[in-house]
Amino acid sequence: MSEIVRLHASSGTTGKPTVVGYTRKDIQMWAEVVTRSLCMAGVHRNDIVQIAYGYGLFTGGLGLHYGTENLGASVIPISGGNTTKQIQLMEDFGTSVICCTPSYALNIAEVMKEQGVDPMKLKLKVGIFGAEPWTEAMRKDIETKLNIKAIDIYGLSEIVGPGVSCECEHQCGMHIHEDHFLPEIIDPETLEPVPDGEIGELVFTTITKEGIPLIRYRTRDLTRLIYEPCACGRTLVRMVKCKGRSDDMLIIRGVNVFPSQIETVLLQMSEVEPHYLLIIEREGTLDTVTLMVEVQEQFFSDEVRKLQELRLKITRQLESILGISVNVKLVEPKTIERTAGKAQRVIDKRTLI
Amino acid sequence: MIIKQLSVFLENKSGRLHEVSTLLGEAGINMSAFSVADTSEFGILRLIVSDHEKAFRVLKENAFSVSLTDVVCLNCPNQPGALAKALSILHENEVSIEYLYAFSVGEAANVVLKPDNLEKCISVLRDHSMELVKASDLYRI
Repeated sequence: MSEIVRLHASSGTTGKPTVVGYTRKDIQMWAEVVTRSLCMAGVHRNDIVQIAYGYGLFTGGLGLHYGTENLGASVIPISGGNTTKQIQLMEDFGTSVICCTPSYALNIAEVMKEQGVDPMKLKLKVGIFGAEPWTEAMRKDIETKLNIKAIDIYGLSEIVGPGVSCECEHQCGMHIHEDHFLPEIIDPETLEPVPDGEIGELVFTTITKEGIPLIRYRTRDLTRLIYEPCACGRTLVRMVKCKGRSDDMLIIRGVNVFPSQIETVLLQMSEVEPHYLLIIEREGTLDTVTLMVEVQEQFFSDEVRKLQELRLKITRQLESILGISVNVKLVEPKTIERTAGKAQRVIDKRTLI
Repeated sequence: MIIKQLSVFLENKSGRLHEVSTLLGEAGINMSAFSVADTSEFGILRLIVSDHEKAFRVLKENAFSVSLTDVVCLNCPNQPGALAKALSILHENEVSIEYLYAFSVGEAANVVLKPDNLEKCISVLRDHSMELVKASDLYRI
């Protein structure tokens, strides 16, 4: 631990966050790969980079921060939220690069529209977006609304944080910094490598990391690798946008959620296996989560007040465990469709991939 | 004196009440009294029927969340102030009412009460010579 100079934590995957430690050299390596990522995206030292990823335990804010400073560009370390101020700083300081989650970028665009701020008059040229899944449609939307080039950046705390891979200006897959992170694609069932170019689970072996070196770490992200040289001239292998996950983890508003966490909350209240269905939708740019819980005998009370208390209790418990607000709906028994075999617990109506 | 009331959880969507009444009707079960407590999302249907055991079974078989609740039915004169008198007795004796619903038949008004303490409620009302409806009578209405 004496060699560890920094701790970060992921956004709570299985209830408890995954904590990672960095040595001084790890921090330097991280800054280096983020710097390279920014260069790929067309950012240079004369740029003004507004970092609207959260600072703190989350790797997004500080990861981009150190990489930007290392590049020699100017950092505006505003962190996430306070959209009005974000826009004001863009106008006042002539921000040319924005770093945040893609959904927050759309949120900023909406607020700009409400406030009558014309993105064409801003100096924004590039956005570095990551930390949650997003589609090509979303990319087009962001690019049109903010008048910028939207670049996808990838990373996970266990490996280093953002900057494991990033798109270049050609936006055709994210170049992996192979000199630090060795990628392989495996079949998540057999754990055997898949033939080149096929989709499977991405695993990484870290080559230079000291704090937490990892061998064939399973990211659970499903993707494929492109070995052909890129138009930009870089020979680093590219990974395509992740096609989903090999486990049932959901990313809702940037927070990792496992359906098993919901089950745990409901089990604590009734000790009987509950029937529930989680529905995730995207209204505008915001993910909304509805949890339908069947009112079985173990839940049913003759009194309205008690049922409403139950609903509130489930809502609060979920909020404290998941860190996101959930709209809990009590429904009649047998409302939720029973399927043969594994029950379908989640309906994700968002089009992300 | 204790009356078995059926309580059924209903989602707030059209046709649910109709389904319950159809099921009971087909099973030859008569309803003496009922009320619906509703919220924006769900409701609780409370019923007093001719055969609560059968009704319970029928609803259960049709996947309704249903439970039996003990209630008491007060027969108070169908005239001004009669209910107020009964309620003030309960209040003075610290019996709280969770909910109530009422229906009148001719000269008599029947008030179905769900108190927090059923036994105390019955003894208090009896001590004050309030008339309670017999379960067997109520099921027959």
